[in-house]
Amino acid sequence: MTGVFLLLLLALPFVGSLATSFLPRRGQHVLPAWLAVSVAASALLVTAGLYPFVRNGGVVRLTLEWLPELGLNFALRMDGFAWLFSMIITLIGVLVVVYARYYISSEDPIARFFSLLLAFMGAMLGIVLSGNLILLSIFWELTSLFSFLLIGYWHHNANARDGARMALTVTGIGGFCLLAGVLVIGHIVGSYDLDTVLASGDLIRGHNLYLTALVLILIGALTKSAQFPFHFWLPNAMAAPTPVSAYLHSATMVKAGVFLLARLWPALSGTYEWFWLLGFCGIATLLLGAYFAMFQQDLKGLLAYSTISHLGLIATLLSLGSPLAAVAAVFHMLNHATFKCSLFMAAGIIDHETGTRDMRQLSGLFRFLPITATLAMVASAAMAGVPLMNGFISKEMFFAEAVETHADSILDRALPYIATLAGAFAVTYSLRFIHTVFFGPPPANLPKPKPHEPPHWMRFPIEFLVFACLVVGIAPNLSIGPLLHTGVTGMLGDRTPDYSLAVWHGVNTPLIMSIIALAGGIILYIGLQKYLARCDDGPPAFRHLRGQRIFERILVTVSWKWARWMENRFGTRQLQPQLRILTAIGFSAGFLPLYFSDYAPGLPSLKTVDPVFAAFWAIGMFCALGAAYQAKYHRLAALVLLGGAGLVTCLTFVWLSAPDLAITQLLVEIVTTVLILLGLRWLPIRREEIDMAANFAARLRRFRDFALAVACGTGMALVAYSVMTMPVPDAIANYFLEKAYSEGGGRNVVNVILVDFRGFDTLGEITVLGIVALTVFALLRRFRPAADSINKPEQQRIQNAFDDARPNRDIGDTVRDYLLVPSVIMQWLFPVVIVLAVYLFMRGHDMPGGGFSAGITMAIAFLLQYLAGGTRWAEDRIRILPLRWMGAGLLTAFATGFGALILGYPFLTTHSRYLELPFIGKVPAATALIFDLGVFMLVVGATVLILIAIAHQSIRTYRVRKVESPNPAEES
Amino acid sequence: MELVLSIGIGVMTGSGVWLILRPRTYQVIVGLSLLSYAVNLFIFGVGGLKVNAPPLLGTGADVSTLADPVPQSLVLTAIVIGFATTALFLVVLLASRGLTGTDHVDGKERPK
Repeated sequence: MTGVFLLLLLALPFVGSLATSFLPRRGQHVLPAWLAVSVAASALLVTAGLYPFVRNGGVVRLTLEWLPELGLNFALRMDGFAWLFSMIITLIGVLVVVYARYYISSEDPIARFFSLLLAFMGAMLGIVLSGNLILLSIFWELTSLFSFLLIGYWHHNANARDGARMALTVTGIGGFCLLAGVLVIGHIVGSYDLDTVLASGDLIRGHNLYLTALVLILIGALTKSAQFPFHFWLPNAMAAPTPVSAYLHSATMVKAGVFLLARLWPALSGTYEWFWLLGFCGIATLLLGAYFAMFQQDLKGLLAYSTISHLGLIATLLSLGSPLAAVAAVFHMLNHATFKCSLFMAAGIIDHETGTRDMRQLSGLFRFLPITATLAMVASAAMAGVPLMNGFISKEMFFAEAVETHADSILDRALPYIATLAGAFAVTYSLRFIHTVFFGPPPANLPKPKPHEPPHWMRFPIEFLVFACLVVGIAPNLSIGPLLHTGVTGMLGDRTPDYSLAVWHGVNTPLIMSIIALAGGIILYIGLQKYLARCDDGPPAFRHLRGQRIFERILVTVSWKWARWMENRFGTRQLQPQLRILTAIGFSAGFLPLYFSDYAPGLPSLKTVDPVFAAFWAIGMFCALGAAYQAKYHRLAALVLLGGAGLVTCLTFVWLSAPDLAITQLLVEIVTTVLILLGLRWLPIRREEIDMAANFAARLRRFRDFALAVACGTGMALVAYSVMTMPVPDAIANYFLEKAYSEGGGRNVVNVILVDFRGFDTLGEITVLGIVALTVFALLRRFRPAADSINKPEQQRIQNAFDDARPNRDIGDTVRDYLLVPSVIMQWLFPVVIVLAVYLFMRGHDMPGGGFSAGITMAIAFLLQYLAGGTRWAEDRIRILPLRWMGAGLLTAFATGFGALILGYPFLTTHSRYLELPFIGKVPAATALIFDLGVFMLVVGATVLILIAIAHQSIRTYRVRKVESPNPAEES
Repeated sequence: MELVLSIGIGVMTGSGVWLILRPRTYQVIVGLSLLSYAVNLFIFGVGGLKVNAPPLLGTGADVSTLADPVPQSLVLTAIVIGFATTALFLVVLLASRGLTGTDHVDGKERPK
């Protein structure tokens, strides 16, 4: 039952985000902030209310079916660890929203800011609450996306755009690797369910693919947590508004990486690979981050590198593989979130009040901002690990773990020294932050000369967090103790170790390390102070080695140089090479499987060959080859031969029990031939002598194409032969044959399939036909023929010259009388063909025929009139409105479908019965017939529209030529 | 019968492939038509070849001996769509010829 609250918790921020995004874009300052605060506070309350259910190792679950066939469920799961993180996300969310209310200027689109922030909160909660690794990686991607949008919030700023793009690229690649790693884990374990995965640690660690999964998941986590060598995106992400830096880039999103490592810690950790890979990155990040942070001149840059360093510390702790180190890691995640978030907010206030973040300009601000300065000092002390601060306790735990030997190696032995050194660096940069900004002479040349304390509520989040730092640092067991215990129990289960959160453990090695670090850091700062006050941004020696520049160079190389090279190398804008490659790939795709399956077709026997069938196929093959041979120079001959091949196809259908196909093929053949005939006139004249001097390269090309054609033909023949001689499996055919009459009410099974069983396909198909017809119509409206095709065809010119030469004839007489007898017959045929169309239509459900063939027949009836008398003659006598035919047809077909829907049946369900009509007798009256009527009308409309559109082109050129020849003739 | 038909399909495919690799648009349109015959016949043939057994009920024949209606209805659809694409291609061909003045598939002659 409590599981519903998880869904509520997850849905709240997203719903709030959506609601906020619909608020007015500008000017309205208070409403979005109030909405965001109340949403975040509700989420916080829901989380807090769930505490009793997770306190003693309890787990709250909610599972909704998502893709059950794949074993994927929308599973939410909250244990103590997830609860702890949810608390951080929602609590800091509330504080950041309050802070942002005062930070974001009223000129910025405020609603968008809060909308994105809430959406990010939802995505982050999604990561934490996912009970399924796939779901987790989806939310993971979402946080990257929202982070991108938030970094780029001030998108008029080029730095913001670049930073956002870089963050998205790096974390996006990481997210991709994470998904791949999750898939590998799923492959190993056989489930993506988090509980199952966590319980299968030994299985995963012992598997061959462990290293693959580990590396992929580490890349995902390390990119997200800005660990070396992927750390460079975080300083660039500082172009984001400060609330975003505080929330995403110190408290939550960058923690997602270490969260994931901690989450999967029971399943993945404890191996040598884990220690070396994660440990190396973590230690390198810890040291380099702290070193870089010392030399930053930008306040937020310093904090960003410090964040990187602290995340490195957490990663190092996790790499050690001991439960005690894991406790320290979790504790430090909490502590870091509190002090770093408050420091970012303080830096934001300084930026807000003075107009700059450059430490070379800032100094002596204590006299202007005493309260903020005090708060920042406390938080910095926590960051440096000064006693009585929360940072001190977790740092002590880290030192203690660093001294212990875990996986004996150079790295392990060097760790205490590196840890102390990094600790000293941390003291140095914390000291520098405070000393430079708040002490010293009053600032000169500030962009905003009179800084003063911010509104109280803007400072409130910092006060709250700093107070938390102190309370945890002074009385850890009373304050954070139970909560931390809940979190650690959730993460480690029964491996939870005994640990002590006491401030004072007596004089021991960690304490001595702390003292050395503190003293060393102070000495280092004093030594470096003069240099730091005027040096350039970035550490010496590393200043010119910028991760950003390397990253950009790689991006340019991959996405531009290589792409261009590939395009030049493999790309072509010519159709022939493309088709050649496609054909070759198609051939290989068919050939290779056959080759590898050792396919050997049995020798065909010649006894079964029917001589008549063979004879007309001999004609068919002759026609096909002839068409291929003649298509270049003798288009008309090629068209006739093509028609011959079509007729043989049609005869084959007749022969092999497919009367419907035969009828349709025959009719389509007629229409296609007429169509191409109409088009022939616009093609250029080509004489054989033009291209006879073929050079060697052309011959080679032709030979290659010929070889490809022969290969494809042979392959196709082989495949066809083997498919046709295979025993036909008991397919769905029998289902249709049995149900056609009982359920479709028709005896012609093909037609029943088309208009009933697969009616939806047919509906789609006639829609396509309609679209094609309209496209043809639209393309031809702007048709301009080539100059050499504008003249009248040669035949008409000769006929007109004949008329011209004879005084008793007018020009055009011959053209008009040409083929007079056939044209009269064609005119007479008009009603006959219409009756044939009606006949084909009516019998379609039971006998060969149907809407398609009837429609084309009807179109042919119209076509004949155009052929017989010419376009103008035909249009003087009959008005055909093809668009109306098409519209009516499509509407009828859809209406039939919706009729069933209205009566409560699924779309396009048919009803069938027979009607007794006077004089005619029993008539089938299935609703499918109405659907077929729609098909019929659409086919008529579309076919006629296409044909008329092409036929009209001759009349259009007639208008163009009116000036030159006063007595033109029509042609059909 | 299977032998003759498959050789026929092979010849049509070969002719079609040869033609679609040619440079002139008209050759390509003829080639596509030939290919569509071949493909239609192939799909039709997948259901098995039967003589004198059209899928029409009510003739008293046992339904399981009738020809397979599923490939037939697929091919019927394919024939009509094939007509539509031929028409569309023809018009694109004509428009391209009108715009560029050439009937080369790339809209310009191959550089000599």
